[in-house]
Amino acid sequence: MTNKITGIAASNGVAIAKAYKLVDPDLSFETRTIDDTQGEKDRISAAFLSSKADLEKIRTKAEESMGADEAEVFTAHIMVTEDPELLSNINDKIDSDKTNAEAALVAVTDMFIGMFESMADDNPYMAERAADIRDVTKRVLSHLLGKELPNPALINEEVVIVAKDMTPSDTAQLDRRYVKGFITNVGGRTAHAAIMARTLEIPAIVGSEVATDEITDGDTVVLDGLDGLALVNPTADEMTAYQAKGNQYAAKKAAWAKLKNEKSVSADGKEFVIGANIGTPKDLDGVTDNGAEGVGLYRTEFLYMDSTELPTEEDQFESYKKVLKNMDGKPVTVRTMDIGGDKHLPYLPLPEEENPFLGYRAIRISLDRDDIFRTQLRALLRASVYGQLWIMFPMVATLPEFRAARDIFNEEKAKLIAEGTQVSDDIKLGIMIEIPAAAVLADKFAQEVDFFSIGTNDLIGYSMAADRGNDRISYLYQPYNPSILRLVKNVIDSAHKYGKFAAMCGEMAGDPVALPILVGMGLDEFSMSATSILQARSLMKQLDTKDMAKLAEKAVDAETNDEVVALVKANVTAD
Amino acid sequence: MESREFHIVAETGIHARPATLLVQAASKFSSNVTLSYQGKDVNLKSIMGVMSLGVGQNVDVKISAEGDDEADALSAIAETMSAEGLTD
Repeated sequence: MTNKITGIAASNGVAIAKAYKLVDPDLSFETRTIDDTQGEKDRISAAFLSSKADLEKIRTKAEESMGADEAEVFTAHIMVTEDPELLSNINDKIDSDKTNAEAALVAVTDMFIGMFESMADDNPYMAERAADIRDVTKRVLSHLLGKELPNPALINEEVVIVAKDMTPSDTAQLDRRYVKGFITNVGGRTAHAAIMARTLEIPAIVGSEVATDEITDGDTVVLDGLDGLALVNPTADEMTAYQAKGNQYAAKKAAWAKLKNEKSVSADGKEFVIGANIGTPKDLDGVTDNGAEGVGLYRTEFLYMDSTELPTEEDQFESYKKVLKNMDGKPVTVRTMDIGGDKHLPYLPLPEEENPFLGYRAIRISLDRDDIFRTQLRALLRASVYGQLWIMFPMVATLPEFRAARDIFNEEKAKLIAEGTQVSDDIKLGIMIEIPAAAVLADKFAQEVDFFSIGTNDLIGYSMAADRGNDRISYLYQPYNPSILRLVKNVIDSAHKYGKFAAMCGEMAGDPVALPILVGMGLDEFSMSATSILQARSLMKQLDTKDMAKLAEKAVDAETNDEVVALVKANVTAD
Repeated sequence: MESREFHIVAETGIHARPATLLVQAASKFSSNVTLSYQGKDVNLKSIMGVMSLGVGQNVDVKISAEGDDEADALSAIAETMSAEGLTD
């Protein structure tokens, strides 16, 4: 009988392919006393050479599928396999202890790992080097033991990836042409695997608990990311049924795809802007493919997080320029560094805090460490001539914070002009609205900023005083709670009162329940994951702004989140 | 044998990218190349050796090369040092 596994539906679509388990084999071994030490030394040399050969293949593949930057980590791994000291230390160990290659390898690498980890307190970068050595050790050991490590970078047929969990370095190795879906044991909708799957537009199920136990390499797996159900070795009838379901979803997507070059317009002809949220210039393909009318949120923290030191002005300039040029005159809203909270930089140690989400983060760091902030602003200013740049400051709570940021911006702008550098004279400055204090005082902010962009995830979290990652209180993550809707309405109305622009760049902007209300409130720009754009545009086309205005009025006057959901369901019928 | 002293000015010292590039530069030569810091000597062709020294900012290190191409090795390393902003 077909084995059925349920989990959290994390990315839409249906895939049918062979299982590829991304699970490490058993690499345990016995320590033995050896007489033929030369034989062991030959084994270890051979294992290093084979590992190096693997890694070179993987690096080449990674360069093709992900680019040179992503492949850089494998260069570091290759250097470890070539390290003369590492090999001579292991050889010495084999000679002195008369021990087998496996034991000597692990003893020596453990010594280095321990040494690097003890240095990690002063220099967090060393922790990554320890991880590199651990990775390489695993690979060399697998060659010594004749076991095969999963090499996801080398997959060359269509597969569904089965894993306990997936890390960014796992997904970085995957070839998008062959990976048809993910199923993992752990995680929720915001897990890395889930986000990655939505970016790649492939189905995913997370939090299945048992996928790696129940699925064997090579099993045929049906992955239904719409309903969070996986079928292992399905019957012919089941295969047919799910192929049909997949086709149906594909047909819907194809209908949405026709809207790619159309405007975002309501049934009664009012135009809106639908933008895309991006993290790196690499996301631009998705932006173009899904017909975004701008970038509503460019999260620059990836520039900082994907680096081993503070990114230089030049590096930043190149990234900003690339995005602005690529968008070809369409507005690009760049959010300045949002580090802190749950995002840390190994090279910029922040003080331990009781409440990092209520602590030293985002604009608070930028104003305190204005050296970092000025570098970013200069890079942005220099890039501004390549397109339509909007700059947004995150986590602003008070007007003086905005003014201080604006002053620094103006100083750097004046300096660049004095140096003879060209900068655009039409850069818009705005703030992200995610702190309730700023949402309440939006009418005052609106007199000084050019635009608002509402970040709903944090705004909801701070308003409800609830961390949505905490399972016991996740019920408090209520995007449609009338309290939240009133804050949103206040922000939009305040912007419009002073002729300013109101955008939203949180998940709520692409949410089919929230979107009709936001259309009714007259939100100007909806910025979302690129893959949600066409579906949102399709929904928007079916909405009448006057009807939605009435709906929004009722929604802000409702009592509960559920009441609002019911209201929308009763008033909006769309496919 | 030839050797040269270097004063490291880079805020992050010798690690990350600069360390990798130094090792790659040294590995191109047949000479034995040694990095000395605080009484410890490591093989400059060993990334793990270099990292294990934990060379920080505002310190002096000595690099020695011994072999047929020792002079070329040292000048190539000096060039990498300055290109990577490790030295003034």
